[in-house]
Amino acid sequence: MNARVDPTPAKPTAAPAASIKTMLLQHPLLRPLAALLLLLVLDAALVPGFFRLEMKDGHLYGALVDILNRAAPLMLAALGMTLVIATRGIDISVGAVVALSGTVAAMLIGGASDDAPMGMALAASMGVALLCGLWNGALVAGIKLQPIVATLILMVAGRGLAQLLTDGQIVTVYYKPFYFLGSGYLAGLPFSLFVVAAVFGMTTVLMKKTALGLFIQAVGINPVAARLAGLRTATLIIFVYVFCSACAGLAGMLITSNIKSADANNAGLLLELDAILAVTLGGTSLAGGKFSLMGSMIGALIIQTLTYTIYSLGVPPEVNMVVKSIVVFVVCISQSGEFKQLIKRRPA
Amino acid sequence: MSTLANGARGIPSAPWFTSMVTVVLLVAMLGAGGAAYPGFLSLQVIFNLLIDNAFLLVLAIGMGFVILSGGIDLSIGSVLALSTMVAAWLLQSAHWHPVPVIAAVLLMGACFGAAQGLVIHLFKLQPFIVTLAGMFLARGLCYLISIESITIDQPFFVALSQTQIPILGGFLSPGAVIALAVLLLAIWLAHFTAFGRAVYAVGGNEQSAAMMGLNVGRTKIAVYALSGFCAALGGLLFAFYMLSGYGLHGQGIELDAIAAVVIGGTLLTGGYGYIAGALSGVLVLGAIQTLIAFDGTLSSWWTRIVIGALLFIFCVVQRLMGGRTK
Repeated sequence: MNARVDPTPAKPTAAPAASIKTMLLQHPLLRPLAALLLLLVLDAALVPGFFRLEMKDGHLYGALVDILNRAAPLMLAALGMTLVIATRGIDISVGAVVALSGTVAAMLIGGASDDAPMGMALAASMGVALLCGLWNGALVAGIKLQPIVATLILMVAGRGLAQLLTDGQIVTVYYKPFYFLGSGYLAGLPFSLFVVAAVFGMTTVLMKKTALGLFIQAVGINPVAARLAGLRTATLIIFVYVFCSACAGLAGMLITSNIKSADANNAGLLLELDAILAVTLGGTSLAGGKFSLMGSMIGALIIQTLTYTIYSLGVPPEVNMVVKSIVVFVVCISQSGEFKQLIKRRPA
Repeated sequence: MSTLANGARGIPSAPWFTSMVTVVLLVAMLGAGGAAYPGFLSLQVIFNLLIDNAFLLVLAIGMGFVILSGGIDLSIGSVLALSTMVAAWLLQSAHWHPVPVIAAVLLMGACFGAAQGLVIHLFKLQPFIVTLAGMFLARGLCYLISIESITIDQPFFVALSQTQIPILGGFLSPGAVIALAVLLLAIWLAHFTAFGRAVYAVGGNEQSAAMMGLNVGRTKIAVYALSGFCAALGGLLFAFYMLSGYGLHGQGIELDAIAAVVIGGTLLTGGYGYIAGALSGVLVLGAIQTLIAFDGTLSSWWTRIVIGALLFIFCVVQRLMGGRTK
């Protein structure tokens, strides 16, 4: 499912896959999937009725549905972040874009139905997100700022702008149809899942069925070579930042609709870090190049399942941060070339 | 643009150029404040900038070293919070004497930083992701100690927070004096010691530094240990200032520290800039806040917007004026 074209990593670390078994064992999605399964098994053993699914009023209820539903904004943010990271970039303004787009949507829709048509409000909110992405992309590709600095600017200023719009207030939305986006159900499943599935499907097709995925990888593996080979790297880089912000904007709408209000200070707080974490967990290297959209989705699910597990075990939720950090350390260290060499040397 | 920068006078490409721009900006801001608001240009207002931002100055100094070495440390805000928390807990619940508490907190910060540096160096991981994990870890450890805020009423800490040291007709807090002392020490460390030169060399080009025979690993670990130490010291200053330990202290302050370092004229690519820039950067950030507070009609979120705008201007100016290409 992952949009990789060149199966050999930059550094040849493993012997060529001889049989199907070794191929499966070396499949890049193996580790994230195993981690997710391990967590689910842990949940099944520790949380009574974890896998129970019930139909109530035509809606599907259960822990699994809950995890999927709550992971929706993170999955969207992680999808966008994957492409940015694939070009050797990073976007730390995701949380600020979530706050901005959510605020714009909430303000335009407002209390009554006659404030502005919902379609227009959503379009405006998406427009703001796209502008943010264009800004980031222009700074990275046009002025050639380091991605972390370029997006730091929006990260610092974005929430300030959102607060400026709302005058520092939390904007509550009373317009019922808007609630459907974040907490409605379609065919028994949360509507947000369909949003995620649509974006994921579209992105996968775009990456696998067109040359775009290959181009993005090429930029990440060697930007200079990609440019010399005739790729329009600047346009590609602007595209990934716009895409990332668009995903963040969608996530902002889902979050705003789910909590029925826009909180410029706290909406999507630290979401960028969780998104980066999800991408890393999914096996995409922060050094750019190869990327796996499916891996990032699994990464996002791992994070949400971890959160759910910690909550349902009755451990104080704050401990979540300690667990998360240990997971990041373990995953990063186990992915590093130095660690692989250490492992290889030992049995030899 | 580079031909222009390397032109006859070459002033814009001089290493001190952006640092000077910051100083000019600071003077202009203070001047504008003095012209607009009576009572703004008193010595005490400027001293208050130092008093209110002493902890940020110390953090920015540590961050300055990390950025000069070509890295970044996102964990300092959390380490600051953890330091306030550990200090408060040791004082209030374990009833330690303040001196061992201060020593323990500083040691903890340095060890935390050194551990991050070790992971970055040993496994060749990006500083960004390692210190991000460190940020989560330190923040989470705060909550393991206590979820509530712990008030500090230990006499020594209270005395430190209330002492006023008279200087030139105004006064400074002990925290501000400590911060200034740290700044002087850091300038000496950066510009007059082998360690300082190694930091610049590693930040300029890690491979060249290694080929020159510099111990890159030791330098990196030392830089992150220094940053962790500064974060812990910043946490102590914060504890003197707020008289409490709390897991939510200093959220997002790592961004302010990065902003201060960048505005102070240090390039985020490393190897280029001055530690002293941390002072001008922090004072500019403080002056923005003070100006907005003096104005009274502007809301607090303008601070963030102005800082963002300043960051933008400085990054672009650095880029266009002789900023090295990567």
